[in-house]
Amino acid sequence: MKQQIIISGVGGQGVLFVTRLLAEAAILRGLPVFTSETHGMAQRGGTVVSHLKVGEFSSPLIRPSCADGLLALKAENVSLHGAYLNTGAWAVVNSSEPVSGLSDCSGVFTADADTYAQEIGTPKSVNLVLLGFALARIPKENLFCTTDDVRSVMKNRLANRKDMLDASVKALETGHNK
Amino acid sequence: MNKRQLLLGNEAIALGLIENGCAVATSYPGTPASEILASVASFQEKNAISMHTQWAVNEKVAFEIAYAGCMTGLRAAVSMKQVGLNVASDPLMSAAYMGTKGGFLVISADDPGPHSSQTEQDSRLMAMMAKIPVLDPDSPGQAKEMITLAYNLSEKFKIPVMIRPTTRVCHARQDIQPGEIVSHETQAEFEKNPARWAATPKFRYQLHNELEKKLAEISAHKETAPSQLSVVSGQLQPGQTTKAIVVSGVAAAHTKDIMKDLDLWDAVSLYQVLQPYPLHTEFISHLINTYDEILIIEETVGVIEMQIADRHRVRGKLDGSVPKTGELLPENIQEIIAEFAGVQSETASLPSVPGRRPTLCAGCPHRASFFAIKKAAKKGIYTSDIGCYTLGLNLGAVDTVLCMGAAISQAAGFYHAYKHQEKRPDIVATIGDSTFFHAGVPALIDAVVQDVRFVLVILDNRTTAMTGSQPTPATGAGACGEPLVSVDIAPLVQGCGVKFCRECDPYKTDELISLLKEAVAYSREHGPAVVIAKHPCLLDRTLRGEQHQPVKIEVTDTCDGCGYCVKHFECPALVPDEAEERVNIDAILCSGCGVCVQVCPKESLSIVSGQ
Repeated sequence: MKQQIIISGVGGQGVLFVTRLLAEAAILRGLPVFTSETHGMAQRGGTVVSHLKVGEFSSPLIRPSCADGLLALKAENVSLHGAYLNTGAWAVVNSSEPVSGLSDCSGVFTADADTYAQEIGTPKSVNLVLLGFALARIPKENLFCTTDDVRSVMKNRLANRKDMLDASVKALETGHNK
Repeated sequence: MNKRQLLLGNEAIALGLIENGCAVATSYPGTPASEILASVASFQEKNAISMHTQWAVNEKVAFEIAYAGCMTGLRAAVSMKQVGLNVASDPLMSAAYMGTKGGFLVISADDPGPHSSQTEQDSRLMAMMAKIPVLDPDSPGQAKEMITLAYNLSEKFKIPVMIRPTTRVCHARQDIQPGEIVSHETQAEFEKNPARWAATPKFRYQLHNELEKKLAEISAHKETAPSQLSVVSGQLQPGQTTKAIVVSGVAAAHTKDIMKDLDLWDAVSLYQVLQPYPLHTEFISHLINTYDEILIIEETVGVIEMQIADRHRVRGKLDGSVPKTGELLPENIQEIIAEFAGVQSETASLPSVPGRRPTLCAGCPHRASFFAIKKAAKKGIYTSDIGCYTLGLNLGAVDTVLCMGAAISQAAGFYHAYKHQEKRPDIVATIGDSTFFHAGVPALIDAVVQDVRFVLVILDNRTTAMTGSQPTPATGAGACGEPLVSVDIAPLVQGCGVKFCRECDPYKTDELISLLKEAVAYSREHGPAVVIAKHPCLLDRTLRGEQHQPVKIEVTDTCDGCGYCVKHFECPALVPDEAEERVNIDAILCSGCGVCVQVCPKESLSIVSGQ
């Protein structure tokens, strides 16, 4: 099993947190994992991209046309990072409108995660809403983990912060049920 | 208990230090190295280890503290980013001669790209200049293993050892198996030996000879010798040349995957160099005696390449086969390898679409300070420095950024350049609190002595913000959160001889503008004026209690969408709506600082009453 996923957004949206949840879900499944992250100045509202590689890899970076999936927390990033995708990849985009430029994908799913996150009173949980949505929509064979795996990871990570855990699980489930 | 954990490269390095009995760990924060010391502190607390862990005022001081630790027989380590090593280069060069007692590691993280640095410099060249060995990890896992290799190397040859991770190692995460924490010497014992620890030039010459002997032996040290990863199978066809690829660092990680993908694993020999300097002598002879063509892929300078004398056979940075600038992305490496091996390969590339530029956070006190500076010194020269506030560029309030502390010395330089002219520009320097402590103080003393007519604005947000909220000397807390003595900025400034030193909260922007006007007028006649613009960073969780109470802002009907606030204040929470000819507040981004109310010339932004 080898999967390469790009997670893209802007600084402050929680790209790193989503990447980390997925990476820990891979460990939970006993799979080797690599991620590569953007730190430093770009995190101040600039474009941020994470590479997630599950399976036997040596390199932490994904080459263009090699990714199996794209999770875009900002629709505008599709034009920046869509070229990472291989033919037949999936893309999940935070957008209230259909997105263009992903014609080679096997499945493109959009969700208005900004609105959903505001509806549940945690406007900054856009990342988790979109993650939950992706976990529900991507066919099992194309994504190495499930919503249950991510929920378990959250429970481990936020064991001492009950309020944050509840809000995070709620955001994940909101996305899952859309 | 010891199951595989997801570790950031910097956490893996920190865990390696802890497992290998490091007893003194020091650092000054800088991307991509910042998480190393913070992680040492957190492992130290978790495992109740008695050791000394600290953020130092700058890299030179950090180096000297850790180095003295190793002089007492303890294992020690100093970590920093590559430009930090420039600051610590003075003790580095000298420590290489004097050598070590306990193991001593210099961890210098490079940033090819560059992603978050002024330069793409290669720390391995600094190791070469200092004449100390350097190890070049390809992944978080290997970085952790190299800590063991490096301590053994350092203690066997009594020499400082450099570890040079790059951004893609520091900021990669990998599943890693934690090891055992091995106990090491914890009793400090300094043996006096002035001929060595305080050597005069005559003895330095002897130490230099000893250093050369050590290097000759290190270039035959088995544990750090290059490893052959792939071997060519089958017979060569007549006329076919023998080829080898030599890699180190993260380029090695990319190359391993690429050679498998291109079906080259059995067609070209692949070697990974663990210790780029000094390159193993036997390895150099082996390459030259065995191969017709050798491709060397490394970041960012051809350090391995320049140690292989036979230039006819070597391809790499020097002959232009590998680019001399920028990060070596795997797609670039794929192209280089395909061409070298003579195989077809289709490589895609990303479109060159500009992404979003970084910007100061909504509610950042620096934005208010920059706005005020532009109001108070309209046509001034604005020198600035290294930190979040470099982003004052977006507001047109930053004209120069050179290196840590240079805002003050460059302001002085501009003053001296213009001082004999009839019309002199006002000069306003901006520097962060942490940067002021790091390298600003000597420059300020110099400016006082030389009577430099300028205004220095110390942007005091009470933390080292850009690198993730590390404490400053004013914080009064250490790397593990332990209480420490704090040094206040105002008395320090006054102690430097500055007569005009005033403080203001930049959220009270109108007051800051008046104060700055006063400071500018003072500086024209009397010399340096310092304004400390003090307001806690919004991102530092430990400063939450000191934050201003958020207010709710409304846009009134008088807003005509003139764009003044968007252009001159550039807050990401102010979103222009061109169709409606007005600006809207993004409620998710807005921090409720209320500064924009003071910015709008038409009073169209106001605080919602009853808040």
